[in-house]
Amino acid sequence: MSDYISHDHEHDGIDRRGFLTCMAWAGTGLLWTIKGGILASTTLAQIAKAGGQLPASDLSFLQISDSHIGFSKEANKDVTETFKIALDRINAMPTPPSFLIHTGDITQLSKPEEFDTFDQLVKSCRTKDVFYVPGEHDVLNDGGKLYRDRYLKSVDANGSGWYSFNKNGVHFIGLVNVLDLQAGGLGQLGDDQLEWLEGDVKGLGSDTPIVVFAHIPLWAVYPQWGWGTSDSERALGYLKRFGSVTVLNGHIHQVLQKVEGNVTFHTAMSTAFPQPAPGTAGASPGPLKVPAEKLRSMLGLTSVQYKQGSSSLAVVDSNLS
Amino acid sequence: MTTLLHKIKMAVLICGISSFALAVFADDAANISAGSKVNKIEIKAFMFNPQKITVKSGDKITWINKDEEPHTVVSVGKKFQKSSALDTDQEYSITAGAPGTYEYFCSVHPKMTGTIVVEK
Repeated sequence: MSDYISHDHEHDGIDRRGFLTCMAWAGTGLLWTIKGGILASTTLAQIAKAGGQLPASDLSFLQISDSHIGFSKEANKDVTETFKIALDRINAMPTPPSFLIHTGDITQLSKPEEFDTFDQLVKSCRTKDVFYVPGEHDVLNDGGKLYRDRYLKSVDANGSGWYSFNKNGVHFIGLVNVLDLQAGGLGQLGDDQLEWLEGDVKGLGSDTPIVVFAHIPLWAVYPQWGWGTSDSERALGYLKRFGSVTVLNGHIHQVLQKVEGNVTFHTAMSTAFPQPAPGTAGASPGPLKVPAEKLRSMLGLTSVQYKQGSSSLAVVDSNLS
Repeated sequence: MTTLLHKIKMAVLICGISSFALAVFADDAANISAGSKVNKIEIKAFMFNPQKITVKSGDKITWINKDEEPHTVVSVGKKFQKSSALDTDQEYSITAGAPGTYEYFCSVHPKMTGTIVVEK
């Protein structure tokens, strides 16, 4: 993928190619509203090759997602290796990110040994601070106890593991939408978490940039496949008054972006295996087998930059080719 | 330290849960009487197949996961013992108990639902 923003005449983060990519998604049945949004995609390798840097910023962090340590099926028999490649890419960045966000599905089956392997691997990352939210694969048999014991040590977590923190004037909110799911339903935040969220943002000025991260998309990507969160509208209602809201999700193992008013929704690639585009005929929302030489082009990570005074955060996806 | 009252409470709770579960469904394969039928439900492409199954009380019901994704079998209203996460080719069995209609779903992918009708 090489469709990063090269011609940003309006300084609005949209170039022709990005707009067309956007329109391509409109063709698949997703509604796009474009306003002050950003659609950018490049590889960190390209940036390094060009001798360039990511745009100068006040804060940069990285999103990794869906590492699925323990998965060993046809779609990727060595997810440990591809996760290592992702970490190598982070370590090779000219300016290391301030911290990482992992948007869930750390493991495939919530096994202690899978968490152990992940923890060993992530130690090799130059960037030490990692903030987590769980995926449904991390809470399979114990309601998330093992996950919480390991990954919430450095945050002030509430309930089943949600929390917030501030960095460089940006307010980050990590939400849990993979627990107590109801038959026939979608991802779910639940009343307790929503009440907490309302209180959490109450005292913030509307000019505070907000970053929300959770595993399952907080917008209806494709509810027929469970790709959405039943009560996300209520959560977004509490964030409506803010001038800049960036929502980062995983779960669907591919980049999708939607801009709605001041809210930018973005899903990240997995470091383990791709999944089909939403609603692909004859497909189901499971691992997608692609030719071996194509696999790394469909895995990746997401870099996010914030510059004070700008209306939105720049979100840049990089694949592992 | 666990108090006596706490122990009693726990015992009452455990008895209550297990007798309730047994009254409806038993998941012990040894309980199947000779000649009872085994009903297979395949989990494939994020669906329970067949989605609805009618069995006789005392029949064994076995789910097998043919997906590369883990799935679970969880009773709506906790009317029978839920499975742990089933990896590819793993099975889970229960024995049908009292007649009635039982809805279940996969707690990992709750869009996946199924129905068991138990007849006398």
